[in-house]
Amino acid sequence: MSLPGTAARANAMTPEWRNRMLTVRGLRHAYSADRLAIAELGFQVNSGEFVAIVGPSGCGKTTLLKLLAGLLKPSAGSIYLQDRIVSAVPEGLAMVFQEYNRSLLPWLRVRANVELPLRYQAINAPERNARVARSLQAVGLAAFERLYPWQLSGGMQQRVAIARALAYQPKILLMDEPFASVDAQTRADLEDVVAKVRMQFGITILLVTHDIDEAVYLADRVIVLSSSPSRIVAQIPVEMPHPRDQITTRASDNFVAIRSEVAKLIRRPAEEATL
Amino acid sequence: MSKGTVGISEFKAAAGPVRGSRGPMIDLLVGTHSRRIFGVVVFFLLLEFVTSLELVPAIYLPRASSVVQRIIELLQELKFLQHVGATLYAWAIGLALATVMSVTVGIIIGSSNLAYRMMTPVIEFVRPIPSVALIPLGILLWGQGLSMKVILVAYATLWPILYNTVYGVHDVDPIAVQTARSFGLGRLSILRHITLPSAAPFIFTGIRVSASIGLIVVVGAELLASADIGIGSFILFVSSSGGHMDSVLAGAAVGGLLGVLINSLLGAIERRAFAWRYMGTDAQ
Repeated sequence: MSLPGTAARANAMTPEWRNRMLTVRGLRHAYSADRLAIAELGFQVNSGEFVAIVGPSGCGKTTLLKLLAGLLKPSAGSIYLQDRIVSAVPEGLAMVFQEYNRSLLPWLRVRANVELPLRYQAINAPERNARVARSLQAVGLAAFERLYPWQLSGGMQQRVAIARALAYQPKILLMDEPFASVDAQTRADLEDVVAKVRMQFGITILLVTHDIDEAVYLADRVIVLSSSPSRIVAQIPVEMPHPRDQITTRASDNFVAIRSEVAKLIRRPAEEATL
Repeated sequence: MSKGTVGISEFKAAAGPVRGSRGPMIDLLVGTHSRRIFGVVVFFLLLEFVTSLELVPAIYLPRASSVVQRIIELLQELKFLQHVGATLYAWAIGLALATVMSVTVGIIIGSSNLAYRMMTPVIEFVRPIPSVALIPLGILLWGQGLSMKVILVAYATLWPILYNTVYGVHDVDPIAVQTARSFGLGRLSILRHITLPSAAPFIFTGIRVSASIGLIVVVGAELLASADIGIGSFILFVSSSGGHMDSVLAGAAVGGLLGVLINSLLGAIERRAFAWRYMGTDAQ
């Protein structure tokens, strides 16, 4: 039986595929004949890995995530979740959007917001309740489940969105600029929440951000995109131990070196273009 | 409700930056409430003064106070209350029919881009036609009875509800829909959990606007059709016998009072059920 949103299987679990969560090959997307958003992308995300995609603003990052989530159909290329081709919204994928206030439903309490996606899964009520409780606990909102999202601060609302994704127990979590709408302190807190739940739940995360520091701080690998139409400029492994720390990690030589390398790569194509 | 409210205000006190504390809101409500009563009293005194000058003979324009007295008398008469009941009955059935039809059709038009583009000009064109102008046609087609009143009310109240449903459904936040889609919700589940709840305040506003329009149309239809029963037929009856201008005006005023009552009742329901719409989200 084929899962919804997935079709043909790739070469049944060769060693090469076993460890792979997401595979993108020759991906291209044009909104219209003269609006090419993604020129050509190919990359992989391994099981349990945390990959960050950075690029200049307007480089097609959000388009990429929508393609990966099956919300858009690519003009060319293929996407595999594990060994199945993504042709519609696949199972086992959750998304956290930048616009938490538009992504959460204001007429539902925090708890009901987190629970809603689970009601369409084959999960019994006790298991559902346990998952909701566990994920709210993980983001530190267990005491707020009876409030409405609009009664919470922006950072707390984004935690609700993260809890909703965690409760869904996705194979891969896609995050689209999740911390871009909150202040710096809240941003650091949310980064640490994500780093913590990633270890706790062992999920694979693909984070899209324009913030180089954030990408290097959180990820195991940073993929640098060019400006639109996007291509991959470089893939840079971030070899720093987990758990990381906002103060010491960010002050480490390793962090500073990787950070400036990424920054140079992002700036380079723009400079070449102006020369 | 009160339990929840206490919890919320406690949390707000603790968290600080969350907006919209209860206290000033209550002050504001009470404030507008007493100001409204004050306005009504001033208006009444003004009317009483003007009518007491008898610029027009009292038989044509009775004193405001005698109209108020007549209202109080009428409200104690079973026959008059039956008139009021008949009017409300036709109004309610018509409005209910219109709601069911408009919401169904509105969802269909609002969820399809093609239907939306095709139908909105039609709606915009038909909507401003004054429904009262169709009363003679209604009488011709369906006579003087209940069905004529119900059909006219349904027609008149259809448009605001349809208009609001279409726009409410069409303007549902794409991010909310994409979120639901990414979590694997299908079309019907999205309609149920995202589209309808987010369009509900718009639909309800349409119903509230329609409620007043429906009342005007039903009384007007009763008046023009010389129906057997209803506020409109009461007004027609007392005006035809002459010398009962106080009753005529009292009947009209009761119609107006019904409108105010219905509108404030629906407004209260609206504020309560859709409180989430009036609360600021802390975004950006």
